[in-house]
Amino acid sequence: MSSETKQILTTDGIPLEVSLKKAEKKNKIRAFLLVAPLLLFLAITYIFPIGEMFMRSVDDRMVTNMLPKTFKAMEKWENLEELPSEEVYRAFYEDYKLLVENQQHGKLGQRLNKEKNGFNTITKKLFRQIKRKKIDESASLKEQINKIHKRWRNVEFWQAIKRTAPPYTAAKYLKGMDMYLAADGSIAQVDEDRRIHRILWLRTLEIAFFVTLFCFFMGYPIAHLLATLPMKYSNLLMICVLLPFWTSLLVRTASWMILLQQQGIVNDFFVMIGLVADDNRPEMMYNKVGTYVAMTQILLPFMVLPLYSVMKTISPSLMRAGKSLGGTPFVAFWKVYFPLTIPGIGAGCLLVFILAIGYYITPALVGGASGTLISNQIAFHMKTTLDWSFASAMGLMLLTGVLVIYWIYNKLVGVDNIKLG
Amino acid sequence: MALPSYTETRYRIWHYIYLAICTFVFFFLIAPLFVIFPLSFNAEEFLVFSEGMKNLDPDAFSLRWYKDMVYGTKNPWGLAAKNSFIIAIFATIGSIILGTLAALGLSSRHMPYKGLIMATLISPMIVPLIISGVAIFFFMAKAGLAATHTGIVLAHIILGTPFVVITVTATLSGFDHSVTRAAASLGSNPVNTFMKITLPLILPGVISGGLFAFVTSFDEVVVVLFLAGLENTTIPIQMWTGLREQLSPTILAVATCLILLSTLILVTAELLRRRSERLRGINR
Repeated sequence: MSSETKQILTTDGIPLEVSLKKAEKKNKIRAFLLVAPLLLFLAITYIFPIGEMFMRSVDDRMVTNMLPKTFKAMEKWENLEELPSEEVYRAFYEDYKLLVENQQHGKLGQRLNKEKNGFNTITKKLFRQIKRKKIDESASLKEQINKIHKRWRNVEFWQAIKRTAPPYTAAKYLKGMDMYLAADGSIAQVDEDRRIHRILWLRTLEIAFFVTLFCFFMGYPIAHLLATLPMKYSNLLMICVLLPFWTSLLVRTASWMILLQQQGIVNDFFVMIGLVADDNRPEMMYNKVGTYVAMTQILLPFMVLPLYSVMKTISPSLMRAGKSLGGTPFVAFWKVYFPLTIPGIGAGCLLVFILAIGYYITPALVGGASGTLISNQIAFHMKTTLDWSFASAMGLMLLTGVLVIYWIYNKLVGVDNIKLG
Repeated sequence: MALPSYTETRYRIWHYIYLAICTFVFFFLIAPLFVIFPLSFNAEEFLVFSEGMKNLDPDAFSLRWYKDMVYGTKNPWGLAAKNSFIIAIFATIGSIILGTLAALGLSSRHMPYKGLIMATLISPMIVPLIISGVAIFFFMAKAGLAATHTGIVLAHIILGTPFVVITVTATLSGFDHSVTRAAASLGSNPVNTFMKITLPLILPGVISGGLFAFVTSFDEVVVVLFLAGLENTTIPIQMWTGLREQLSPTILAVATCLILLSTLILVTAELLRRRSERLRGINR
């Protein structure tokens, strides 16, 4: 600001600049106060819980809290190829005894069993010895514990305990990618026949990709038609897009279940035109076909609406100009019209892709075993296995993917440009 | 779309192919909804068109599944419908209040960090529902709100506000702020200005955002599945269970009612959109 403006005073004798800044600040605070209730509400009920999901997914403090003395003693255990010293044994014994008194020893056994198979058996043996008071605390505990089971003499089991020492772990994330932390601390792949999650991730991407592709190829022509037809016809046809858009997802899924069943109308039609034999009706539901068909129909409006709103702004005279300059209709379309619709294509494709990648209800109902997606797996771990930390880890991996796509979307179109209907 | 008379044959053919593709896509979009209507009047228990229905025999049609929906023994639909409406109405009111306030703030040119805040407020719409479901479940379980109406209403407010924020922000983008300044200069306080000037002008946007919030809540199943107990069952939950276990024609009767409801909402939303565009002087 120049020195001249600084000299201007308001009627109160305050420099104008100061007075203006004050007013601006007041306006800023007022605007922020309007947003504050929603922001606060979302922060408490939504944003922090997502953060909590992250804490849950990496949290491994259970063993850390259960065996405090052991881990303290293990700090001095240097040669990891040899059994730890008497001190470590004593510390572990004391920790374990405390757990037995608090009846927490079972949980420890189960947790360590996940780290190294066969652990539960030997902690149970130790538990029995403690219960029967067969352990003489004044003698060498290392010798006594080693005698209980030969696995206690196996250094790998002690290494397993040591591995659980850090309070945070990436194990759940590795599990989500079919990997695990091997005994020597390196990351290893699980056996080929047990790599279930990678298949699910790939299938989710595959289905999301193809559904987006189908939606694009079906949505582009009708968006074009809607944008170029006179208002009175296009408004009528728009209902065909908007009615499914407003109709319950479950209703639409139900109608696909009826259509695609073996005695359903689609199969009837195929039999009628002689495509398949009556006694050899193909299974179109409970597999990928069902998922593709139903998801494409359900997500199609999300492709058409952004495409339509972009196409509506393109003047028809541009195409005419292209043609009058000697382009064939195809050239005029490809060189003039198509490039102008790219923002709409970007918006529609990313919207459909984001929605498809997190789809849950439709694949669960019409997908069967080969049509389930990563979301179904998350729900399965939330409700059936109750492995919430694993569900959280997988959810956050999915979320990261979606946020990357969302970021691209924001760069291309801008979030505040989303149009609804 | 009539073709000019000088169009070459190959473009003429291409044009008809294009129209055929469009017809197919429109059919693909809308036809599945119409399968439900006739089957919901099926007199038999199977979800296929019986011979009688194909011959339009009046005896093959009946209202028994509608009767079952309303009067059926230990039928869950009454309770589910009641819960669905209560939850959706409260969630809509909550979404409208929080969302409109936030949109007013966001439309102010003084708003700091606009992009970041907008992205945060819209996030529940972008984050896959399953993740929202897990996160909201963790919160509600901790707050002791799992399996309560309050918990579900709060969850649906989270999911519904982004729609209100978007529609109201869009309405406000064409809003002439000099009218509020005029009101202020005539001595009106901000609350009075909002109620008498701003609100009536942005009302179409608020209502259409509210409709989105209502439909979102009324149709929401992923989050509710995590949160609801037996007492909080909603229509989507009942449909979900029904579709998973056995597809009974009663579900189709319910589905028909839901399609009628969505038609009603569609018409309202369209009328509002046109009114709002007329008021904003936009003619798309």
